[in-house]
Amino acid sequence: MPVYLDHAATTPMADVAIKAMTEQLAKLGNPSSLHVYGRDARKDLEGAREEIAVALDCHPTEIIFTASGTEANNTALKGLYWKGQAVGRNVVVISAIEHHAILDPAQWLKDHEGAEVIEIGVDSNGVIHLDELEDLISRRADEIAVISIMSANNETGVIQPIQKVAELAHSGSIPVHSDAVQSFGKEPLSFSQLGLTAMSVSAHKLGGPIGVGALVLRKGYDVPALLHGGGQERDIRSGTFNAPAIMAFAAAVKETFLDFADRNARVRRLRERLENGILECVPEAYVNGAKVERLPGIVNVTIPGTESETLLLLLDNEGIACSTGSACTAGVQRPSHVLLAMGHGERTARSSIRFSIGATTTESDVDLALHILPAVMERARMANLR
Amino acid sequence: MKLIAAMSGGVDSAVAAARAHEAGHDVIGVHLALSSNPQKYRSGARGCCTIEDSHDARRAADVIGIPFYIWDMAEEFHEGVVENFIAEYAAGRTPNPCLRCNEKIKFEAVLDRARAMGFDGVVTGHYAITREGEMGKTLHRAIDETKDQSYVLSVLTIEQIAGAIFPLGDTTKVDVRKEAKARGLYVANKPDSHDICFIPSGDNASWLHERLGRKVGPIVDQDGEQIGEHKGAYTYTIGQRKGLGLSVPTIDGSPRFVLKVEPMTNTVVVGPREDLAVSRMIGEKTVWCGLAVGPERNRGFVQIRAHGKPLPCTYYFENDALIAELDEPLLGLATGQQMAIYDGDRVVGSATICETQQ
Repeated sequence: MPVYLDHAATTPMADVAIKAMTEQLAKLGNPSSLHVYGRDARKDLEGAREEIAVALDCHPTEIIFTASGTEANNTALKGLYWKGQAVGRNVVVISAIEHHAILDPAQWLKDHEGAEVIEIGVDSNGVIHLDELEDLISRRADEIAVISIMSANNETGVIQPIQKVAELAHSGSIPVHSDAVQSFGKEPLSFSQLGLTAMSVSAHKLGGPIGVGALVLRKGYDVPALLHGGGQERDIRSGTFNAPAIMAFAAAVKETFLDFADRNARVRRLRERLENGILECVPEAYVNGAKVERLPGIVNVTIPGTESETLLLLLDNEGIACSTGSACTAGVQRPSHVLLAMGHGERTARSSIRFSIGATTTESDVDLALHILPAVMERARMANLR
Repeated sequence: MKLIAAMSGGVDSAVAAARAHEAGHDVIGVHLALSSNPQKYRSGARGCCTIEDSHDARRAADVIGIPFYIWDMAEEFHEGVVENFIAEYAAGRTPNPCLRCNEKIKFEAVLDRARAMGFDGVVTGHYAITREGEMGKTLHRAIDETKDQSYVLSVLTIEQIAGAIFPLGDTTKVDVRKEAKARGLYVANKPDSHDICFIPSGDNASWLHERLGRKVGPIVDQDGEQIGEHKGAYTYTIGQRKGLGLSVPTIDGSPRFVLKVEPMTNTVVVGPREDLAVSRMIGEKTVWCGLAVGPERNRGFVQIRAHGKPLPCTYYFENDALIAELDEPLLGLATGQQMAIYDGDRVVGSATICETQQ
């Protein structure tokens, strides 16, 4: 079996999640129905919602189930923008390193809804410039409809100071959303303590199934819906509840938080083993965001003199699955906007790959990768010199 | 062997990759992204490397069961093929971009990269045959005459041919489509691509006008007398008869043809059909697909177009030039075209025509 080191893309479903999903699939009942079948399904569903609310430290009614993290991001960003726009606020503030599920809806708001989008830059470690944000808020607080800053970056794993962002925004009464898709289950997240207005999470990044996510949205901040219909989820997200996926989501969350600290400490140790091993065999390589706090499982490394698309092909061929973590255009790897924002040139941005470790990764996985890497890097260098 | 299969998203390269995989080679499919700004969909038979094509290639690789990657060769393609195409037209010559693409991209950039990465060669869906012989691996015509692509491969050196694998040379196109269908490849009925892939409109003249301007110049007869006007000499091809818009008729009413394009003076020279006749062509930048030829006279064939007829000739190599003397004169031959020399069905070599003589 090839070694899987791409857990930030998606991670295997937990056994408990598969079990919960399978059991629910066999059950009849639309949770919105009033009869006994509906009541049973509703009971299961609300139990799952409460389970997830505990992990996120939010009120269960603040959870709006969606079909993906992307949907949660779109609902939050567009919804909060429209709310702001209604009272004369048309500025959307995001960071330069957001996932495309924030970058693209922001661009859409600019192109179609009259938004002014302002990107906050990051330093060479990949952490947003808080002073830039503070300055912006001090000048234009009244114009800002929404601030959206991810809680940790998906390519580098670098953790962002979202609590401070929320504090700054609070002074100007500006709603703050955070894309926490990558960090849920990997760093402690307390929705209530962070002081956020909204937060997006996704099930498949922590052992749940693909096709279910959630938007945590503070009470009193109800936003216009993207999907209109049966009025489910506070009328913000209509559509029949995907009970099997939601049950599995809750089961995965429960398991993750049962041994949260140990699990992440183990992942971190494996990450460090991989990281140190890479730096040892390729001394000129460097880890992006190495100096600051990162999620435990992600290592983004620049290997000068190589091209990421060559590295990926050769690693795949040798049975190591990893990625760059950045989106591709028509299948062509583009230099990562995250690394460019951190001050990389196109060349070094194109020489970077991401390994991501998860709960199922073993020491021998890491050692096999380290065993294969030197020869692959040598070949990738040769191919680059051609 | 470890092989890279270049997959365009068409039926030929898909079947070629499938055959190489089935033969037991370790094959990785690679689609070349040749445009930095690809179109979303194919329109008819024109163009390639649209997003739809890369999807088709990926789907074929998945069905075959091989890994698939996209290599960004947009920069190499632009420099080596598109810019060359424009420069050749600007210089009054008629280039063949498919030939340059084989030379500079598929069997240079891709093959070099594949070799550096530890692969042994590149598989393509070209209709041509390679054979191992005394000269090493040599290049030959495909059995399907109507599809034979040995001409556009005649620019490959021995080293390049050594790394080239053409699994379709022994099969007709009809059978390749049948095989694709039997293999469950949905590209089985995808139309063949024609024309120049980077000019999706198919209107080469307008495309060139946009890049080279529309500088008005004279159309003259052989005595140098102006008898018309053109909007850019480079859009005319030797032998062209239509679209000249001449106002002064010939005395006997016979048609006039483009005899010469002179980019330096932006002049197009026209004259009677018989003055188009060429019986000797001289080529530069010769490439040998096997043993080099010397000044001794050899009998063989020369081909000057992708699907042109092989013309009986005597050929030799003298003073750094490849020379072919035709048995029968040929009408309308432009400089910039490639002359490929054949010994029977074997490609001897080729050169770019730089001069023609009556």
